[in-house]
Amino acid sequence: MNWWRRLFSSARLEQELDQELRFHFEQQVADNVRAGMTEPQARRAVRLAFGGLNQVKEDCRESRGTMWVTSVAQDIRFTLRTLRRDRAFTIVAVLILALGIGTNIAVFSVVDTILLRPLPFLDAQRLVWIAGNNGTGALSDTTFRVDAYEEIQRQSQSFTEMTAYVPFFATSDAKLTGVGEPRVLAGVWVAGNFFHMLGIQPQLGRLFTPEESVKGGRPAVLLSDSFWQRQFAGNPAIVGQAITLDNQAVTVVGVLPAGFDFGGVFHPGVKADIFTPVVMDNIRNWGHMLSMIGLLKPGVTVAQAQAEADVVYPQIKAAHPEWMTDLAVKITGLKDHVSGTLRRSLIVLWCAVGVILLIVCANLSNLLLARAAARGKEFAMRSALGAKRSRVVRQLLTESLVLSSLGAALGLAIAYAITSYLAHQGSIALPLLSSARVDTSALVWTLLIACIATLFFAIVPTLRMSRGNLQDSLKDSGHGASAGRKHERMRAALVISEIALACVLLVGAGLLLRSFLRVLDVDLGFEPSHASAIKVDFNDDGKPARRGAILKEMLRRVSAIPGIEAAGISDKLPLDRNRSWELGAKGRSYPKDANHDAFVYIVTPGYLDAIGMHLRAGRDFNWADTPTSQPVILINEAAARRDWPGQDPIGREALGIGDGVTRVVGVISNVHESSVEEAANPEVFVPVTQGSPEGGELVLRSKLPPGALAGSVMSTLRSMNPGQPATEFRPIQQLVDHAVSPRRFFVLLVGTFAGLGLLLASLGIYGVISYSVTQQTQEIGIRMALGATQARVQLRVITKTLKLALIGIAVGVVASFCIAALISSLLFATAPTDPLTFACMILLLIAVALIAGYLPARRASRIDPIVALRCN
Amino acid sequence: MVAAAKFDLPQGTLDLLILRVVALGPIHGYAIAQRIQQISRNALQVQQGSLYPALHRLQYKKFLAAKWAESETGRDAKFYELTAKGRAQLKSETESWARLTELVALILQDPEGELS
Repeated sequence: MNWWRRLFSSARLEQELDQELRFHFEQQVADNVRAGMTEPQARRAVRLAFGGLNQVKEDCRESRGTMWVTSVAQDIRFTLRTLRRDRAFTIVAVLILALGIGTNIAVFSVVDTILLRPLPFLDAQRLVWIAGNNGTGALSDTTFRVDAYEEIQRQSQSFTEMTAYVPFFATSDAKLTGVGEPRVLAGVWVAGNFFHMLGIQPQLGRLFTPEESVKGGRPAVLLSDSFWQRQFAGNPAIVGQAITLDNQAVTVVGVLPAGFDFGGVFHPGVKADIFTPVVMDNIRNWGHMLSMIGLLKPGVTVAQAQAEADVVYPQIKAAHPEWMTDLAVKITGLKDHVSGTLRRSLIVLWCAVGVILLIVCANLSNLLLARAAARGKEFAMRSALGAKRSRVVRQLLTESLVLSSLGAALGLAIAYAITSYLAHQGSIALPLLSSARVDTSALVWTLLIACIATLFFAIVPTLRMSRGNLQDSLKDSGHGASAGRKHERMRAALVISEIALACVLLVGAGLLLRSFLRVLDVDLGFEPSHASAIKVDFNDDGKPARRGAILKEMLRRVSAIPGIEAAGISDKLPLDRNRSWELGAKGRSYPKDANHDAFVYIVTPGYLDAIGMHLRAGRDFNWADTPTSQPVILINEAAARRDWPGQDPIGREALGIGDGVTRVVGVISNVHESSVEEAANPEVFVPVTQGSPEGGELVLRSKLPPGALAGSVMSTLRSMNPGQPATEFRPIQQLVDHAVSPRRFFVLLVGTFAGLGLLLASLGIYGVISYSVTQQTQEIGIRMALGATQARVQLRVITKTLKLALIGIAVGVVASFCIAALISSLLFATAPTDPLTFACMILLLIAVALIAGYLPARRASRIDPIVALRCN
Repeated sequence: MVAAAKFDLPQGTLDLLILRVVALGPIHGYAIAQRIQQISRNALQVQQGSLYPALHRLQYKKFLAAKWAESETGRDAKFYELTAKGRAQLKSETESWARLTELVALILQDPEGELS
């Protein structure tokens, strides 16, 4: 009979055992009778020789090897019964555990998704990101021209394959007509082998064929799953049909799988509706256009590829001086490129929830200790009745395990809610976040966390309870005797550590919050509030004069709409997409290889007012700046400082923008063009009549909400161009929000955790003080009977609370100083020792401690001496 | 726990004795105890408290097989018999027991080690 059969057929085994022993017994009796005893004598003799029948049976059961299962089941049943009886304790303990474990799982899922799990591509570990200009600067700096891409592909030995896409999405957006209202689709141009190299298989149809990425090939497009669902209601019949994009019939060759999130990996916050194979010959002369991804040969490391690039690429550059390109590349693992910058923030977040778990454990330990005091007698009784110490320990551990299992189950539900909430926050610019979910590894993590937590919070109360001297505990829980001093010291130590941990969390969160507020306070160089933008479509046949006329009329009509204060058009918005060209002062010599790029915006007169940029000197553009008049530009202060240091740039001539010499007519204050937190870079503004804009963003300044304007603005635009696609108003504030969203995300989470830590610590304080008041009811009663006033009693309790809190805070502040230094790289314009933050957080902790102590203090002062003395 | 006062059976020897007795043919627990007692001329008395757990242990290790059958008195009893595995075990245990006693005797008889 194997172990499982023995486990499940215990009833039959019991019966057989009984029968077997009874047979033995009867045989013995029969033998004794035969030897001359009377029957009663024989029975008595045998019974004496037999000893405890139950003891024999128990030993036989032990030999089955299934005993522990039954006794564990017994323990669990008993635990559930006790927990049900002590409902308030159970609910509080499970809730606290659930919060601690839940936040831990949720953060683990996020960390796992963004940091630990490989990218959702084939051979993800071998994919690398190849960035120009040593990986710094604007998109135009880190991208490559087509010739360079092809030459690198030919000459590199480190890669199995390379692919590329065009990150200038304004160029690749396409207007869809013929299906309902015309609309602009977010498109991405990709090299023909892009999906093949990443190992993405379409859920319907096929990938691109080589013929589709050469000049004159049949136009083809792949749809993203979300766009396919939205626009075509997931109709599979669309595959193979043609749709009209930019007035051209394009065949839908397939639909990408739902799990493929282009924006989520490469450009958080960017959504992509369609993917088009880029025809390299078409963009060969467009300059830096391609972001490159390589697939390393098996066994080749990133460092080896970088070493090769350092040698080979400069040779390529030397062979092609006409490319005017700088092939100093930086190769990083694709995963590093995607989430490397978030590593530190995520680790901080992870530590924060770790601290929460510690506080939870301390809190629970405390609760269990309080319970232990109340149950001391029960366990003493069990030991007296013969329970082995190991059995008592097992019983206590079982209770703790059951508690943490319940907590973990509830925690999983909480974590599930949090992760699915986060995964659907499209506005958070964090890579891969949309694929965050509670998966197998998170479940394993849960198990681990629950076990570790159990060990942490159960070990102290368990040892304490099982070690107890029998006599002492039977005596100690007698009336009147105040609980063991040691017991109370242990609880005080736990509370102090809770306060210290909460203090560290609060200071960390405070510093991050202050940084966030500083970031929000940054002078962006434009006014995001009350401004919104809408993409406009116009057909100028590439003629600048015609473009000027159309846009001038468009702005005239739009400005006439009631409520519109200012209107202007730029092809790119700040903190959104960007591009850069070279800018230099005429006649000034620049050191070779020095980067003198500037971000370029092609704008109409009035744009500066509409977006709220400040003209510092000179003039704005006007409609008298025409294709035939003097080419003019505006620059920002950063450009003025770099290219005309110590001079007045107005009226000076510049090189690099457009075909020849341009004249600077105005200087504007710096605008944060690519990041809120980094200093502004040199910028150049070019009139629409003298440059070629990539599309147009109509920026409106109005006190009215965008919703109220949408109708009239759209009908005005349609009156000029019936093909104006239906697009939404984008509040400019949204761009800022998007740019600061990672910081907001971390502040929000760390702040929530700090709040949670504070709450738990205050619960801990309340628990300990309240317990000690209960224990000292009699003593307080005596004091009051001897004339102590209510205020005096209150003061005593509150002093005790404050003492605990202050020790905790002292420890916490020291720890915070160390921790703060570690997170200093995450702070913005805030010193890690920021006195204001430290002071605020300390005051907050003291205030919370006082409240937690005041409640029991009030109860103490209301003790009626007569009742207190009698009831004990 | 073997026969109080009479003899202390070294650890594990009870299993060997049981296997030896059962090797003679199917036999129930009470008879095993009787047989051991008889053969040892009453020097060894196996208590139920150690006999039955040992029997069950041997059964679960598949050294013994058990079946219920009518006993000589007409009542149903649980009869144990040796399995092939049990027979092999008995053989190897007997050999190692013989070797052990031989070695122990050798050391005890060593004249140089004689207690003075």
